[in-house]
Amino acid sequence: MNIFVLLKKTFDTEEKIVVSNGRIEDDGAEFIINPYDEYAVEEAIKQRDEHGGEVTVITIGDEDSEKQLRTALAMGADKAVLINTEDDLDEGDQFTTTKILEAFFEDKDVDLILAGNVAIDEASGQVGPRLAERLGFNYVTTITSLEIDGNTAKIDKDVEGDVEKIETSLPLLVTCQQGLNEPRYPSLPGIMKAKKKPLEELEIDDLELDEDELEPKTKTVDIFLPPEKEAGRVLEGEVDAQVKELVTLLRNEAKVL
Amino acid sequence: MSEKILVIGESRDGVLRNVTFEAIGAAKKINSSAEIVGVLCGNDNLNSQAKEMIYYGADRVVTVTNEKLATYTSDGYGQAVLAVMEEESPDAIVMGHTAVGKDLTPKLASKLESGLISDAVDINLVGDQVVFTRPIYSGKAFENKIITEGLVFATIRPNNIKALDRDDSRSGEVQEKSVDISDLRTVIKEVLRKASEGVDLSEAKVVVAGGRGVKSADGFKPLYELADVLGGAVGASRGACDADYCDYSLQIGQTGKVVTPDLYIAVGISGAIQHLAGMSNSKVIVAINKDPEANIFNVADYGIVGDLFEVIPILIEEIKSLKVNA
Repeated sequence: MNIFVLLKKTFDTEEKIVVSNGRIEDDGAEFIINPYDEYAVEEAIKQRDEHGGEVTVITIGDEDSEKQLRTALAMGADKAVLINTEDDLDEGDQFTTTKILEAFFEDKDVDLILAGNVAIDEASGQVGPRLAERLGFNYVTTITSLEIDGNTAKIDKDVEGDVEKIETSLPLLVTCQQGLNEPRYPSLPGIMKAKKKPLEELEIDDLELDEDELEPKTKTVDIFLPPEKEAGRVLEGEVDAQVKELVTLLRNEAKVL
Repeated sequence: MSEKILVIGESRDGVLRNVTFEAIGAAKKINSSAEIVGVLCGNDNLNSQAKEMIYYGADRVVTVTNEKLATYTSDGYGQAVLAVMEEESPDAIVMGHTAVGKDLTPKLASKLESGLISDAVDINLVGDQVVFTRPIYSGKAFENKIITEGLVFATIRPNNIKALDRDDSRSGEVQEKSVDISDLRTVIKEVLRKASEGVDLSEAKVVVAGGRGVKSADGFKPLYELADVLGGAVGASRGACDADYCDYSLQIGQTGKVVTPDLYIAVGISGAIQHLAGMSNSKVIVAINKDPEANIFNVADYGIVGDLFEVIPILIEEIKSLKVNA
């Protein structure tokens, strides 16, 4: 099977967000593989081990993105592709990303594409379904189980807590939800091997795209932090009195009862 | 300025979800003078749902009924909604940022090669520009975003944008549209219902959520009782779900549901960053926890340091007596 994983690097979840001049400050921030994309990498490796074939991880980013790709290779992916847009694109959105990926996949023979269901930074969850639509693939979002038999895929999909049992066919794009698997940590031999695995670097010229076609359809005009919350009130006294005070506050001050 | 706005409605168990009405409210914020056209898909008679949309501000509703639309699939609903869009050629589209909204709207946007702003919590007009506010980095920051070209297309987070008041004297046309839907390539064989009956967690005005501190499935019982007297829903932290105190369908946080109720009562929840991502924008937060150092107290408006099994029963009684006296 030809398996591809869409991967994005994101801020570490514990990272504090600093905004200056309407932009997120990323100097010195720790980056990780978007946690939902880790489920995608893990699942791709498992499917390959079961059915044979090859796992290719792809990211769109800058030269620092190599780090996350190497991590995925160390987990067990076979090949990596970095589409480096640092010099060519100032801005992009989900339309831009999809357009680039569509061009990348144009001449590829694909059975399965996996992605995270959402990236924890911009959290739009759009690129997976957008790409599937462009490629004419079936897609299922927020999956928690995937069984492939020949050309058929049996999938559990999380729908706000309910589980849909779905049957569809390859070629297929899925987006991964927590619960699908437990992503492995790269082993030391894995890390050593990863250094020698092929990592191809492309620019948008190589995909026969030019900047005009990639013009985003949306624009961020400002980024700001939520207003600092005033320190809450921790009530004091006997439990009875505290609860009575709480109810009074909720009713008269917060006006939610 | 937009002249026609489509609002894609969504129902659960034959009842329209509240976010549908909020989406009509959002459409009014985008352009208060636009014609608002509701779109409903399904297999049953959609007339009464269509009328509800009209009572909440839609001027007209287009319904598509087809046996292939009995349950949502991106394939079936995609074909139906696209057919309506082609006929109506709207200037803007709004839908709820729900499981269905998240699945369907990127497909439509991609087909139309349009922009899409997902998960908006506020909409404002600045000059003649429609500015959408949406949380990023798990709610640790917000961005203001605009559509620079073409269709204005957005999904809205439930419980953030106000619906208009229901007015059953409003009238409007309900048009049935028949759409040929080709064979579905993705088939739902079965749905295992795990989400609890009753108040929809993502849309609840009051959420009572339990964490590891609740200690057992039995420990959740008083939380259900409290939610019940408050007319709310029960949620949980990932820790409580992992420990099997409750089903994952109750999970609130980065991987679970994102909720924005008027009142959030966190019970025995320490307040990990992943949990805060799912609830920190709640209007009023109450924390009940034994540990005075718990992180949840940093986001809470009111806190009680104490044993939840002592606090909750008293709280239930107090609220009951409040309701009796009201």
